Amino acid sequence: MAAVISVRGVSKVYPSGLKALDNIELDINRGEIFALLGPNGAGKTTLISIICGIVNASSGSVLADGHDIVKDYRIARSRIGLVPQELSTDGFESVWATVTFSRGLFGKPSAPEYLEKILRQLSLWEKKDARIMSLSGGMKRRVMIAKALSHEPDILFLDEPTAGVDVELRRDMWEMVRGLRDNGVTIILTTHYIEEAEEMADRIGVIRRGRLLLVEGKEALMEKLGQKQLCLQLQQPLAALPDEFSSYPLTLSADGHELTYHYDSQSEHTGIAELFRRLQQHGIDYKDLHSTQRSLEEIFVRLVSDQRPTEGLGR
Amino acid sequence: MNLHAVRAIYLFEMNRMWRTLLQSIASPVISTSLYFVVFGSAIGSKMVAIDGISYGAFIIPGLVMLALLTESISNAAFGIFFPKYNGTIYELLSAPVALPEILLGYVGAAASKSILLGLTILLTARLFVDYHIAHPFWMLGFLVLTAVTFSLFGFIIGIWADGFEKLQIVPMLIVTPLAFLGGSFYSISMLPPLWQTITLANPVVYLISGFRWSFYDVADVNVGVSLAMTLGFLLLCLVVISWMFKRGYRLKQ
Repeated sequence: MAAVISVRGVSKVYPSGLKALDNIELDINRGEIFALLGPNGAGKTTLISIICGIVNASSGSVLADGHDIVKDYRIARSRIGLVPQELSTDGFESVWATVTFSRGLFGKPSAPEYLEKILRQLSLWEKKDARIMSLSGGMKRRVMIAKALSHEPDILFLDEPTAGVDVELRRDMWEMVRGLRDNGVTIILTTHYIEEAEEMADRIGVIRRGRLLLVEGKEALMEKLGQKQLCLQLQQPLAALPDEFSSYPLTLSADGHELTYHYDSQSEHTGIAELFRRLQQHGIDYKDLHSTQRSLEEIFVRLVSDQRPTEGLGR
Repeated sequence: MNLHAVRAIYLFEMNRMWRTLLQSIASPVISTSLYFVVFGSAIGSKMVAIDGISYGAFIIPGLVMLALLTESISNAAFGIFFPKYNGTIYELLSAPVALPEILLGYVGAAASKSILLGLTILLTARLFVDYHIAHPFWMLGFLVLTAVTFSLFGFIIGIWADGFEKLQIVPMLIVTPLAFLGGSFYSISMLPPLWQTITLANPVVYLISGFRWSFYDVADVNVGVSLAMTLGFLLLCLVVISWMFKRGYRLKQ
């Protein structure tokens, strides 16, 4: 698939000496939702800021839709919309004035119908004449999204888009982002909400201390790193597991009704068949069973706390 | 050139003026009018004419210039400082705009406001003092040139300032004293020879002198020198701003 954003060898060292980014290599595919995960200070916002032209890279290059963000900045920037992390708004301006300003700033002629459509999609139309300072935090966040969309960008950066918004609004935004993707817009989002990446992203990148630890399709990542667990609901409660099972990764619930078996879904031998045979030999019957996969959050926590996370993981 | 961006910035800034009309126009017009009332009508009638011009009429160019300088600086400084302060500067930095477009938008709007203010003050002065304009074309020329030049200067201050205090320091502590000591209320020929020489180091002298010449055909310094000094300062401001943008000085990290 063609890369709509190509980041090549980008590093950033701030005047304080802080190395915020270290030789980042990244391709974002056209039309995908890409989630960039990382703890605070990992370099997510710095990377986005460099691509959007707000921060100068110390080295390396970035192409946006095939255009160098420095040499061909006019074309490159006109393709990009940005919703920054901070709620930075012109509090004294009306919603309509600020989105009109944004559209003009990015070189687009006046298009009231388009702006109306955007405001209606974001449930802002009724507030179009309201001063931004009078809006709630969630509404202000929508205004910033409306500003970013006002010039019809092909690439949209959402830096922590749902920080501080309620659950209902978050769901609305997810829907909106999916709608944009369906219309061909490439979405790059950073988030602290792992569930957000799990829910929406096609691919996930994990960054820590300025280094990109991995870039992987979400499903493949969870498949590759995800451990599964098999839960058996027992017919009769067990007081304790027979000694023979002591070498198995088994956990018995406190009430003795549930037995949980942990296994690696990637392993050639999961040991499930052998486990079932042994249970049968010991007359341990079960009435129900189900398996669950390790969540992305667990994977993420493991990655960012692991000192050797990239070993064996492809980009 | 991204003319849509120029228009967007210009209209956005001008809208701010209409929204704060009392502060942007009414306040400086009223405060300048008080000078006309006190020095023009009340005290002025008791004072001797300077270069054959009544005192009330003599101070008009200087007072217009004083308002023009301070308001040009304040308007332009605030215009670029406020997005830095509230964080919306990210949008300008990530937009497909170059320095000329940014300057046309911000400095153009700041200069427009100041020119409008200067003309309003001139019209208001007519209520209190009788004056004439010998060279209307040059009067407008000096008005526009000064407004643009000091709006550029204000733009520099707006980028440099990292707080409201710094935003006020230059207009209040430097420009206003220079305007008062630059011949707003007197002709520098009235000063002792040594002070005349020292005063020539004050750049505002050239602005006021040139502007007064366009009214009454009399000047403290040659009008060509006034014009050259103003143009020189304009060019210097452009060079400084270009450097600031090239380096991302206090704009980009």
